Amino acid sequence: MSLLRIPGGLVLAVPAAAAPSDAVRHCPLPARLYLPLVQERGQALHCRVQVGQTVRRGEPLAHDGDTEATVVPAPTSGRIVAIEPLTLAHASALEVPTLVLQADGRDETALLPPLPDWAQRPPQELRRRLAQAGVVGLGGAAYPAAAKLGRAVSLLVLNGAECEPYIACDETLMRSRAAEVVAGAAILGHIVAAEDVVIALEERMTEAAAALQAVLAGQTQIRLQRVPTVYPQGGERQLVQTLCAREVPSGAYPADIGVLVHNVATAAAAWRAVVLGEALTSRLVSVGGRGVRQPGVFEVRTGTLIEHLIDSSGGYTEQAARLVLGGPLMGLALPHDRIALGRGANSVLVLGADDVRAQAAQTECIRCGECARACPVQLQPQELWRLLRQGETGQAAALGLRDCIECGCCAFVCPAQIGLVDEYRAAKSALAIAAEQRRRADHARQRHDARNQRLAREQAAKVARVASRREEIAQAQTATANAATAPEPAPAETAEAAPRSMDKSAVLAAIARGKAKRAAAPPPAPPPETES
Amino acid sequence: MKTFATAAAPHLPPRSSVRQVMAEVLLALLPAIAVQAWLFGPGLLVQIALGLLLAAAIESTALHLRGQQPQAGLADLSAALTAVLFALCIPPICPWWISAIGLLFGLGLVKHAYGGLGLNLFNPAMAAYALVLLLYPRQLSLWTAPLADLDLGQSLQAIFLGQLPASWDTLASATPLSSLRQLAGEAWRMPQIRELPLFGHYGAAGWEWIALAYAAGGCYLVWRRIVAWQVPAGVIGATLLLGGLAWLIDAERHPAPLQHLAGGGLMLAAWFVAADPVTGCTSPRGRLLFGIGVAVLSLAIRRWGSHPDGVAFAVLLMNAAAPLIDRFTRPRVHGHAR
Ligand code: SF4
Ligand code: SF4
Repeated sequence: MSLLRIPGGLVLAVPAAAAPSDAVRHCPLPARLYLPLVQERGQALHCRVQVGQTVRRGEPLAHDGDTEATVVPAPTSGRIVAIEPLTLAHASALEVPTLVLQADGRDETALLPPLPDWAQRPPQELRRRLAQAGVVGLGGAAYPAAAKLGRAVSLLVLNGAECEPYIACDETLMRSRAAEVVAGAAILGHIVAAEDVVIALEERMTEAAAALQAVLAGQTQIRLQRVPTVYPQGGERQLVQTLCAREVPSGAYPADIGVLVHNVATAAAAWRAVVLGEALTSRLVSVGGRGVRQPGVFEVRTGTLIEHLIDSSGGYTEQAARLVLGGPLMGLALPHDRIALGRGANSVLVLGADDVRAQAAQTECIRCGECARACPVQLQPQELWRLLRQGETGQAAALGLRDCIECGCCAFVCPAQIGLVDEYRAAKSALAIAAEQRRRADHARQRHDARNQRLAREQAAKVARVASRREEIAQAQTATANAATAPEPAPAETAEAAPRSMDKSAVLAAIARGKAKRAAAPPPAPPPETES
Repeated sequence: MKTFATAAAPHLPPRSSVRQVMAEVLLALLPAIAVQAWLFGPGLLVQIALGLLLAAAIESTALHLRGQQPQAGLADLSAALTAVLFALCIPPICPWWISAIGLLFGLGLVKHAYGGLGLNLFNPAMAAYALVLLLYPRQLSLWTAPLADLDLGQSLQAIFLGQLPASWDTLASATPLSSLRQLAGEAWRMPQIRELPLFGHYGAAGWEWIALAYAAGGCYLVWRRIVAWQVPAGVIGATLLLGGLAWLIDAERHPAPLQHLAGGGLMLAAWFVAADPVTGCTSPRGRLLFGIGVAVLSLAIRRWGSHPDGVAFAVLLMNAAAPLIDRFTRPRVHGHAR
């Protein structure tokens, strides 16, 4: 397999004192856990419990309403005490209805039936299991794993290339739970019928590589591949580019070229869900930055408040200046720490005042091209920025705005300190909204057209029906007239007169029909035949 | 609950600033300034000081007129860089008003009338130099031979009072490029010309050392990744290739390729002027083309134009072409077909 270096990117060093050390520490179970009824991606969840209900760890609290219905498992046993508003870990910082689970301290667990013979089971069943166990992508997007595993691919990549500096949870996981990662990789590989399964990790992760190697010894289906330590190597498209020397076409998914990328932690969670029957109720979260006393990697229950996690890592230092969910390049700055950690939360950073950038220092672009040199997608960020500032979103889109992966490399290197990526993010969502509106408008227009067509069809059918009716009556009358041996009245006249009387009766019949319909409260399923 | 101020990602502190970039470019000019001051007298230092003062005044006035903070604008050091580049181009004993006119045009019109740093189409220093070259050719030819030993007093007198030293006629000397042009016009053969002391070791006595100093500073900037290697590679590569080709065809009539680089402004342009990001190209291939364009136009103007050196004009012409070049040299975006 040839390794292709991605263009651009950044080699970043982390202040050693601020980086998490890598032994797994346990964040104690808090008294209350908070589970927003809105997904990380913004869609509402369907709540399946009521206030006052008691639940055991692993039992479903809500589900996402997709075909597979991936659930939100209860992170511990206890009672649902309230549904109250809590700030969502989202750029909007909206307050959303959130389940509050009061832990009873017993941590009673409801297990799903273990499936140690998973290799004999059909992929469909295993996917259902992942959904029941609430397994989502743990790399950050928290996309339901079952939905992402719906297509067969030839190559499955387990992504252990930690994207951003300061984040250490994946490396820690691979080092301390290598066997789980490998076993999970095999299960995911089985589900998507992959011919080739690769665990990709960064060159610098020597210990993790050794641990995985030890587990992999003697087996051939799963390979280990070290990739360069350069940000954003862990990006899905960048990883595919490096491993396959192929680019995922713009607008397509890796699965479209037969590749599926899953985070290593997702693999471990899949193993637990399938082989042990355990739902996903905790994950590794790395805590870093100069603003926290004891940075580290913590095993954290879903729904733990950041406040509680920071307390468990020694509390804030005086330097604490910015709270970031995620990494320093793509992470989201949070307004406060009463925010719950969901399954997608891989890192909490408390950056010191010296380690953040002051806003509003932005000056004019000097066209130095540093941003273009750093862009892993080979965009011309300075040009996009100029176009967006002129309101030329369409032109920016033509130059590849939608291909921007929002990695932030451009904004990081820009000497004019322009918030490039923020601009692109806003423009991209504007484009997406416009596209959605267009789609809705098209949909409405289609529906409108369809309705008009249907009405026209019905009208035509009615006209035809009336005409054929007339015909019948006319024929019938002629027949009776003939039978009554009164040959004289002109057939034309009869034909003329009869429909007129028929018209009348048709109207009366229609009125009667209408009345009948109104009288019958629920209209009967097949419309009754009244045309007699 | 602890609250925090939020901000958009990325959260890491910036890696550099415009001020830092400009400061490093100024730093990289120091060797050339030192060599030129040593060869052509302390007048250069006076010109630099004068230029800096004028530039500060013009820049802050322009910023003020545009309703911006003068301090913030001055702090980016871009006007200082323009002043220093301009001072390096003009003769060290040029009258003071040449600087005033040049910088007023370069900074006031070429830079700020277009929206200031970043939005100017043309390099302000080159535009300023081109203007005064066209308007005041006599003052712009007040060069001496290298090591002519003009002292500070004489320089100050010449600059501010317009009084040339008494012995001026013995001190004055045409630049190698204009001598070359004149002698070639008088049907001298190239090898004969090269015998003259004015043409030094590689084609221009004294000037060749300045060129070397520019290259040294420029290499530093390339190493610091402030100057993209494509620009100097384009300028120097194309000069050597074209000059070399002409020289191989007829060494009697064409100067040797190194001579093109040794005299005149090509080395300054290659490392500092064509490499100005604002008015150059941004894509890698675009930068290479930009450099090649500067070299080709310079050589063409030297050969066929009415000026001994055409680097300033070449740069300005390429400045005008830069947006077009950028348009056609965009790299292929990830996931897109060519
Ligand atoms: S890095 Fe910043 S200043 Fe440089 S070209 Fe890009 S946007 Fe402009
Ligand atoms: S944020 Fe977008 S434009 Fe900027 S470097 Fe990343 S991919 Fe390129």
